[in-house]
Amino acid sequence: MAPSSIPTIDIESLGLDQGALLLIRRALAERPVGGELQVRGRSPDWEMHLEAWCRSQGHPLRFDTVEGKPQARITRGPHAEGRWRDAQATGTALGDINGAPADDAEAGWGLAARGATVEAGSPNFFFALHRRHELWATTAGELYRQAAAAQWDPATAIEWDADFELPPAIEAAVVQVMTYLIENENAALLVPARHLGQIHPHFREVLQLLALQCADEARHVEVFTRRATLRGHEPALSTAGGQASLRTLFDAPDFSVATFLLAVLGEGSFVNLLNFLQANAPDPVTRQIARLTARDEARHVAFGMAHLEYRLSVQPDYQAKLRNAIEVRYDALASTAGLNEEVFDALVLLAAGELSPGAIARGHAAVQQLQRDMAAGRRARLARLGFDRDEAERLSALHTRNFM
Amino acid sequence: MSEPVLIMGAVAYAPKVVTIWEGFKAFFVKNGLPFDYVLYSNYEKQVEAQFDGTLHLAWNSPLAWVRADRIARSRGQQVHAVAMRDTDCDLRSAIVVRADSPIQTLADLRGKTVGMGALDSPQATLIPLDHLRSEGLVKPRDFLLRYFDVLGGKHGDHIGGERDAAVALMAGEVDACCLIDGNHLAFGLDGTLPSGSTRVIARTGAYDHCNFTTSPGAPAELIERFVSLLMAMRWDDPQVRPLLELEGLREWRAGRTSGYALLERAVDDENFYSRDGAILNPDYRY
Repeated sequence: MAPSSIPTIDIESLGLDQGALLLIRRALAERPVGGELQVRGRSPDWEMHLEAWCRSQGHPLRFDTVEGKPQARITRGPHAEGRWRDAQATGTALGDINGAPADDAEAGWGLAARGATVEAGSPNFFFALHRRHELWATTAGELYRQAAAAQWDPATAIEWDADFELPPAIEAAVVQVMTYLIENENAALLVPARHLGQIHPHFREVLQLLALQCADEARHVEVFTRRATLRGHEPALSTAGGQASLRTLFDAPDFSVATFLLAVLGEGSFVNLLNFLQANAPDPVTRQIARLTARDEARHVAFGMAHLEYRLSVQPDYQAKLRNAIEVRYDALASTAGLNEEVFDALVLLAAGELSPGAIARGHAAVQQLQRDMAAGRRARLARLGFDRDEAERLSALHTRNFM
Repeated sequence: MSEPVLIMGAVAYAPKVVTIWEGFKAFFVKNGLPFDYVLYSNYEKQVEAQFDGTLHLAWNSPLAWVRADRIARSRGQQVHAVAMRDTDCDLRSAIVVRADSPIQTLADLRGKTVGMGALDSPQATLIPLDHLRSEGLVKPRDFLLRYFDVLGGKHGDHIGGERDAAVALMAGEVDACCLIDGNHLAFGLDGTLPSGSTRVIARTGAYDHCNFTTSPGAPAELIERFVSLLMAMRWDDPQVRPLLELEGLREWRAGRTSGYALLERAVDDENFYSRDGAILNPDYRY
């Protein structure tokens, strides 16, 4: 018999229910529509299975006898390509030449990997945050890698059994400060978490970074709780004013505004507070906790800044919205008491370490310095976002007295 | 007077049937064909509704086609198979034993137990019985029969009977079982019948499966528009593809009735329906 020019594969004794379908599909994919493929095989049911499979896939099939053995001849049907007609391109995994993802991620890209080819007709997903300028930061990928590398284990990173003994009043002050920190960290966890579920996964670096940010805050809640209860106390007092302040963050509907208020102003101030605790706390456990959490918070501030710098670079008039957000929040909180006395006094006591007038004077001075440092930090960040000196000064002063 | 609406019957053999026909209804209406459907719990009531003016056409199993055709002929009327799926043409069923079974040929089934599908399953019961009969094996004289009678009245559309028979084969409860060839492959791929654990000892002749059957006196113009819209459905149209995938086809084809001879013969030999479409099998529940 003359040699055939039709490509032939031999699946030998491999059954179609044992993987031979893979070999047939691959070989057939290389044939044009209407092109033929010959298949030889010798597993017991291969002919029957091939018939059933070709029927289900719309590939015409016949059997010839070659040298006394059956040989299948499959004609590639017209439907194989159909699934990928008008498929949607979703950019490239690493973004464009500048590493940036698409301007606007389409609803039909859904949950697919960035860079994947998505079948037309895939369901639309509603992601409120799908436009790049609403959520992107050019350093998001780098910050994510830093965050992933900097995760720490609360069980081993802190010497929980360090030997120390505090006077009861000072221990109570630590407990009060921890109580205050916990409610603030709950806000810092829930605010990004609320927006996280609305972000189109095309912007995966932001998604990944915010997920780790949530993990950071969950860890902070744990370590602050553990320190508060370390000597057998329950957490202490929570004020209406403090919660009202946090509620304005919780309710901010716009991702950029929420990020501005929470990360740039609030967590920025918190970095100063945690540095203060690292320097002034009366026991080694609190100092260790403050050091580790401050490092995490600094990354959150970095993302907030990078996002707003990006947004303002493509949408300069967005600055007016940021200014407005500070003013509205100030007005909303004008009738509240601000930082509660219990927290303020606790910070003084904690820095004083004892109840003598001399120690209290030192503690009080340290807390006043903390407030000046916080205000200076806010002014500097506002200036980096393009506010002029006087405006930065004014807006920094309007920031909630609750610090966060 | 409102525009006439084409009314089609379908049997609800699985929850996806609602999704399928709601999708088709939207497709037809969008393309200018007033269309609605009625769901039945069994093919027998559906076929009867083709003769009382309820339905203009029905999505019929092969057995329902046989009955509709018999009823029509007995009344001097005609029904037509106007369309079918590409995957409805030239199916075969397999008679399967365990790989380690001493049974080598159909003759070895004498005195053994053969697992079949539902009483009214063309592919897993009636056509295999016809095949065995043509080889000289008649139940219950020559072999014992065990039905895996899932969802009577659905004419075997439900895969459950075939799966139950396959599981019983592996458990040693039956000596052989009957499956559509495609299900033998599917059960191999999903592990119900681990690869290499079974042996096919016979295959039936080729037969056709479902079709759209018109009712006597159906409005010809609406039927024509229905068929031409079906034929225009393309698997590479992303709006249409999900419907075709649910219904298990790549393209619609013109109906043909040349593939029902084996089933016709089985229906007579098994005394399932009379020549005028009356139900004869006293054990049939639907």
